[in-house]
Amino acid sequence: MTVKVQREDFDVGAELAAMTRGRTSIGGVTLFVGLVRDMAGGAEVSAMTLEHYPGMTEKQLEAIEAEARARWPLDDALIIHRYGRLEPGDQIVLVATASAHRDAAFDSCHFLIDWLKTKAPFWKLEATPEGERWVEAKGSDDDAAARWAKES
Amino acid sequence: MKVLYFAWLRSKIGVATETFDPPAEVTDVGTLVEWLKTRSPKHADALANSKVVKVAVNQEHVAYDHPVSAGDEVALFPPVTGG
Repeated sequence: MTVKVQREDFDVGAELAAMTRGRTSIGGVTLFVGLVRDMAGGAEVSAMTLEHYPGMTEKQLEAIEAEARARWPLDDALIIHRYGRLEPGDQIVLVATASAHRDAAFDSCHFLIDWLKTKAPFWKLEATPEGERWVEAKGSDDDAAARWAKES
Repeated sequence: MKVLYFAWLRSKIGVATETFDPPAEVTDVGTLVEWLKTRSPKHADALANSKVVKVAVNQEHVAYDHPVSAGDEVALFPPVTGG
């Protein structure tokens, strides 16, 4: 189980290989890779700067990873989230989950990215032809995270 | 107490962190935010709409009724937009 918050890019193939090497109990891995889009809200985006809260970011990502582990039988989970200046096409985030069976891998990966979007302290500043603007949170992200609320 | 501001809260207020001893009337996040508004017109402007000001105390998300004390690290920020 790993959390990395870094400025540098990551190699999805290398991360997948590192996660599965020699671990033949893993039956499937689900990967989600988030990328910088060139359009947002009808405006052209030339670059994006991701700010975060060092310390709290790692703590929150570790907490949601632990939550995923408690809910699904996972062999491994990995979250890599970048910060700093990124351009369209650049990779922002990688979520990978490994399990004996695909349902646990798919569901936990979906859960992690949905929860990450509402709990991890990152903020995006977009550069557009009209100047810089802070990205506003979407209500749909809260709805997506709410789907995973536990039934009591 | 250490207070941190992020994203547009930081740009509006003009500083990233402040350290101070809060007055006695500051007992929870709500009373802290009200007191911070009196520190400058920039604070008042940035903190005007509490619906878009989220809070973490000692790096955990909390609500406005969460208690705060002198040794706490309190962060104020807009709703998060990572991923």
